[in-house]
Amino acid sequence: MSTSLRNNQSVLLAAAALGLLGSGVALALFWAPEDADQGFSQRIFYIHVPVALTAYACFGWAAWKALRLLWLREERYDLESYVAVHLGVIFGVLTLATGSIWAKASWDVWWTWGERQLVLFLVLFLFYSAYFMLRYSVEPGRRRANLCAVYALFGVVLIPVSFLAIRLAEQFIHPVVFNADGPQMEDSMFATFLVCLAGTLALAGALYHVELAGKRIDARVRRLRELLA
Amino acid sequence: MAAYLGDVAALARKDLLLELRSRDTVPAMLLFVVAALVVFHFALPAGTGDDAANGLLWVGLLFTALLGLTRAFVAEREQGVMDGLVLAARDHSAIWLGKAVSIVAFLVVAEAVALPAYGLFFEPVGWELLAAVALANVGIAAVGTLLSAMAAASRARELLLPLLFLPLGIPIVVGGVGATVAEEPGRYLAFLALYDLVFAILSWASFEYVVTE
Repeated sequence: MSTSLRNNQSVLLAAAALGLLGSGVALALFWAPEDADQGFSQRIFYIHVPVALTAYACFGWAAWKALRLLWLREERYDLESYVAVHLGVIFGVLTLATGSIWAKASWDVWWTWGERQLVLFLVLFLFYSAYFMLRYSVEPGRRRANLCAVYALFGVVLIPVSFLAIRLAEQFIHPVVFNADGPQMEDSMFATFLVCLAGTLALAGALYHVELAGKRIDARVRRLRELLA
Repeated sequence: MAAYLGDVAALARKDLLLELRSRDTVPAMLLFVVAALVVFHFALPAGTGDDAANGLLWVGLLFTALLGLTRAFVAEREQGVMDGLVLAARDHSAIWLGKAVSIVAFLVVAEAVALPAYGLFFEPVGWELLAAVALANVGIAAVGTLLSAMAAASRARELLLPLLFLPLGIPIVVGGVGATVAEEPGRYLAFLALYDLVFAILSWASFEYVVTE
């Protein structure tokens, strides 16, 4: 892919993210009906849940790139996997922050061990923070790429295992919005949710391309400098 | 298959012999786990109940395992044995399996002291606890060996291993505490078995990439 096309791609994704998130927020504030139980504060759902799902998507994407690296042994997947983990952690922190705000509004506490998704994100945050410790404590090269890829694969397996563990460990107080019968909300709420989800995914995509381009330029500059030295 | 198991047995035997002669790791684990139990006695205010002691026992076991895992690849690294092993082994996962077997042996020795001490200090040890500990050993050794090899390849080493290991150890603690505290231990034991299976397969398949370039 040529550089200009790649640049266009990130510009397009950024524009899509801006449009979708803008309209998503507008829809969430003015169109979606007020929640009968929780009132206005429930509207943070339209940001909290899409951000959480986007974080999962980033971790999944990182594991997919890690698998490609181990399989095809192509160097470029290392950087792609790293950038995806990085964005996943950023969206994970946002999930923790918005979840904490929601918990304060709903239950008047900043943290609750009863909320499974929040606890899971705390575990994942600890796990993926160690990814950076690992990465920056190994010399760059093939070996580091392999280690990081294996760790990223462990992460994507840890997500369901931890979820099961937290489910086994905690009592149940989090409202279940999705169950086996499909989403339990009105059509307008679900549509708003989908717009917000598309918006955060587009935002993650745009950030992914921008960060990747930046990191690649960094690497090229470093190589050029080594050639000159 | 026979050749593979032969490799595993030879590697595990090497670790056990080394430990038998140098006595580097296991005595430290024994002393640590008993000292930790004594600390737990003072950490629990009167009337906290046996369930709290049980939770702390699992913390103690996990940290004791961590102590052993930190030392797991020290000899290989310091003497440059790892390069030789990577060149010699027919299948690199045999290195992982051999090390995991020796880690399980270390853990069993540590628990042979820790569990009676727990029974003496806190509450009697039931069959659920024994079953949970046996299952947890497999998971700890499987994941811990792989992460220990990872940490050995880094500059931070001993510093890094707990950071890598503890998030992965949380499900083990949930399963272990649940099996001994909850009404129906079966679910938690099954969860521990599932954890062992999933992470053993993953570690077995990915160890190759941790030790080679």
